[in-house]
Amino acid sequence: MSHILAITKRELNSYFGTPVAYVFLVVFLVLCGVFTFYIGGLYERGQADLRPFFDSLPWLFLFLIPALAMRLWSEERKSGTIELLMTLPVSVQAAVLGKFTAALLFTATALALTFPLWITVNYLGEPDNTVILGSYIGSLLMAGAYLAIGSSLSALTKNQVIAFILAVVVCFLFIFSGFPMVLDLFQGWAPQFIVNAIASLSFLTHFQNITKGVMDLRDIIYFISITAFWLYLNVVIVEMKKAD
Amino acid sequence: MSAIVEVNNLSKSFGAFVAVDQLSLSLQRGEVLGFLGPNGAGKSTAMKMITGFLPPTSGQVNVCGHDIEKSPIQVKSVIGYLPEGAPAYGDMTPQSFLNFVAEVRGLTGKEKQQRIEAAIEKTHLNSVLHKSIDTLSKGFKRRVGLAQAILHDPEVLILDEPTDGLDPNQKHEVRELLKAMAKDKAIIISTHILEEVGAVCTRAIIIAQGKKLFDGTAQELEELSPDRNSVSLSLCLDDLKPAISALKLVKSVRSVEQRGESLSIQANSGTSIINDVALLCQEKQWPVKVLKVEPVQLERVFRQITTNPEKLREVRT
Repeated sequence: MSHILAITKRELNSYFGTPVAYVFLVVFLVLCGVFTFYIGGLYERGQADLRPFFDSLPWLFLFLIPALAMRLWSEERKSGTIELLMTLPVSVQAAVLGKFTAALLFTATALALTFPLWITVNYLGEPDNTVILGSYIGSLLMAGAYLAIGSSLSALTKNQVIAFILAVVVCFLFIFSGFPMVLDLFQGWAPQFIVNAIASLSFLTHFQNITKGVMDLRDIIYFISITAFWLYLNVVIVEMKKAD
Repeated sequence: MSAIVEVNNLSKSFGAFVAVDQLSLSLQRGEVLGFLGPNGAGKSTAMKMITGFLPPTSGQVNVCGHDIEKSPIQVKSVIGYLPEGAPAYGDMTPQSFLNFVAEVRGLTGKEKQQRIEAAIEKTHLNSVLHKSIDTLSKGFKRRVGLAQAILHDPEVLILDEPTDGLDPNQKHEVRELLKAMAKDKAIIISTHILEEVGAVCTRAIIIAQGKKLFDGTAQELEELSPDRNSVSLSLCLDDLKPAISALKLVKSVRSVEQRGESLSIQANSGTSIINDVALLCQEKQWPVKVLKVEPVQLERVFRQITTNPEKLREVRT
C-alpha cells in the first residue's frame, strides 16, 4: 500500500512540478465556461441546473484526459526509468494503480475547481443539489474510464503523441458506440444481441442516465468495470512491452 | 557458505537471436564480480534477468534463497541496481528522487533520513541536491543512480557500467566506494574498461555472443596472456644483432624482437625470465640502460578471448 502511495505522490508532484498542469487546468476551466455558457446556454435555458456543463464533459474529456494520461507510461519507457521502477520492489499492479490514482486525483482537482458554476446556479435559483453531486461523482467515474484507456495505451508506445491519438480514437469509439454511425456498421449482419451489447457500451448513455438524476447502480458498475478492465489490460501491456 | 547469487543455465532469446546462452555463475558474499565483454555481448541482458526486469527464456536465478520468478518482490528488495545509462526522473531533484526510492523501498521516518543522508555522503551529491536531475552533468547523474542503488544498504549490488562517463578522479572514488562496501556484500559490475578488473574485482567473467568464455581471478586472466613475463631490454650498443642471437640461446626465451632502440623478449609461457636475462647481461658485460618486466596488456587477452574463442581453449588445455 505504501508503495502505491509513494508512486502516486511522485506522479502528482511531476504533474504540478511543470507548468503543464496549470496550463491544463486553465484550458479545462475556460472550455468548461465556454461550453456551459455560450454553447450550452446556461442563462437562456432559464433552468437552475448544470446540465449544459455535464453534457459537455464527455467531449471535453475526449481530448483533455488523453492529454493527461499520455505521458504516464510512454515517458517511463522513453527515458528508461521503467527499468528502475520495475526493479524496485513493487508489483506492476501497484505501479499501474499508483499512476492511475495520481491522474484521477488530478482530474478530481480540475472538477472541483468548477465550483463557481455550482455557486452560480445556487445563487440564481434552487437547483437539485443531490443530482449535481451525483453528476460530479458520475463525471469522476467516467474520467476514470477515460484515464484507464489512456494509461493502457500510453504503455503501448514510447511516443506521447501516438499515445494521445490512440487514446482519443478509442475513447471516441466508446462515446459513439451508442450512435447510429457505429451501430449501422453492425446492424445489417450481426445478431441483435451483439448490436445491443455494443450500444450498451456507450459512455454517453450511461453518463446521461446519471446526470438526469437517475441513480442506477448499473451505470456505476458499468464505469467501474470498464476502468477495471482497462487497468488490467494496462498491467498486461506493461509486462509485455517494458523491455522493448 | 552457500552462494548469495546463483544463476543456472540462464538463457534469453529474442526471436531467433540468442542474447544470453546457458550462462551459469555463483557469487559469494565479499566477492566483486567483473562482467566483461564486447558491446552487445549480453552483459546488460544478463543483468536485467538477474534483477528481475526481463523474464528469462530458460534457466533459474536465485538471490539470497529467493527464486526470481516465484518471489520477484523479495529478490528486488535485497538487490540494489544501477541500470545501464543510470536512468532517473529528470524533473525531480536528487533529494526528492532519493526520497521517492526510499519510500518505495518501504523505509520510513528516521531510518529513511539516515539512509538518504548516508547515500548522499558516500556519492558526494551535496552540492547538487536541489537542482533538477535533467540539468546535471553525466557524472552527477551516474552518481545519483549509484546513490539510489546503495540507498537501502542491499546485500547484492548490481551495477551496469558504474564508471562510464566519469572523470578519472570520480572513477577512483567509485572504485574506493565499491571496495569499502565489498566486505559484506556481493557485487556484480559490468564494464568494458579492463583496468577496472584489476582495480576492484576479485573475479572476472568474460562473455561474448551470450556465452561465458572465461571465469576466474584477474591474475588467472593475466596468465592467459602469451606475453606474460615479457621483458624489455635497452642496451647502449651500436649493433644489437649479436645480443639478439645470444638471447635466443637462453632456454626460457621463446622469441626476441627488436622494437626501435629496445628489445622485447618473450618468455616460454609461465616462466619468469628477467633473472636469466640479467645474468646474461652481466656475463656478456653489456651496458644496460633499461631492463624491466613488461606489464601484461589485458586488452590483448580480452581481444584474443572474445574474437577467437577456439584458440583460447587450446591455450587453456
